[in-house]
Amino acid sequence: MDLGERRGLETNVYQPAEDSELLAEAVCERLSSDSGSGDENGRTVLEVGTGSGYVAGRIAEETNARVIASDLNPHAVRQAREKGLEAVRADLVSPFVDCAFDVVTFNPPYLPTDPDSEWDDWMEHALSGGEDGRAIIDPFLESVDRVLAPDGTVYLLVSSLTDVDAVVERAGQEGFSAAAIADHSFPFETLTVLELFR
Amino acid sequence: MKESLLEILCCPLDKHELELEDAEYEGDEVIDGTLVCTECGERYPVEDGIPNLLPPDMRDKSPA
Repeated sequence: MDLGERRGLETNVYQPAEDSELLAEAVCERLSSDSGSGDENGRTVLEVGTGSGYVAGRIAEETNARVIASDLNPHAVRQAREKGLEAVRADLVSPFVDCAFDVVTFNPPYLPTDPDSEWDDWMEHALSGGEDGRAIIDPFLESVDRVLAPDGTVYLLVSSLTDVDAVVERAGQEGFSAAAIADHSFPFETLTVLELFR
Repeated sequence: MKESLLEILCCPLDKHELELEDAEYEGDEVIDGTLVCTECGERYPVEDGIPNLLPPDMRDKSPA
């Protein structure tokens, strides 16, 4: 699977694809199904790496949560803001206060990439997870705990190309239990939404 | 950005509070201004309503 095939015409911002849809669907379902308890104070959700803002937009529309959309990419945060989302340009969760979020979602760059064939543009940043596909997932797992509320949950999209077991093991080292709550198989990969909780 | 966003933002370097300076508003949105760390003094711009809270060494790196 050539990364280039996934680039399409858009070169600045990753546009919603099957992975975005699967993550949006799973998170909205989870959030609406337990909205019976304590939804008065309203939950706060962060989407890391929001890209076009699709997943964050779906959560904002379909639940009563306050949604913050963040991305490293200036074009992406602009698209997210145009969708009416609260957008922040950020490196992962670094500029958010401790315990700020009830839910953090992330559809990370996860495609394993040969360092020699990487190209240096925003689309590469949106897709490439380095040689093992986990170059962004690992630092995310290391840092997300700090910004999660005590009973907070992380929804992370992972691919069979990235080695889901390795991601689960890494999450475990950071104090998270993991459950697969949705998946979708394609000829070349299986996408899974992991729910991480303490 | 809404001013209430400040409650959940902090300095990406030392996690201290940020203070909004030179704010320009459009309705209840801050569309322009500077967020300043109350501890280390690092300054983060708000441009077109979007706070840029990248650490300074990442701010100017722009692929393509």
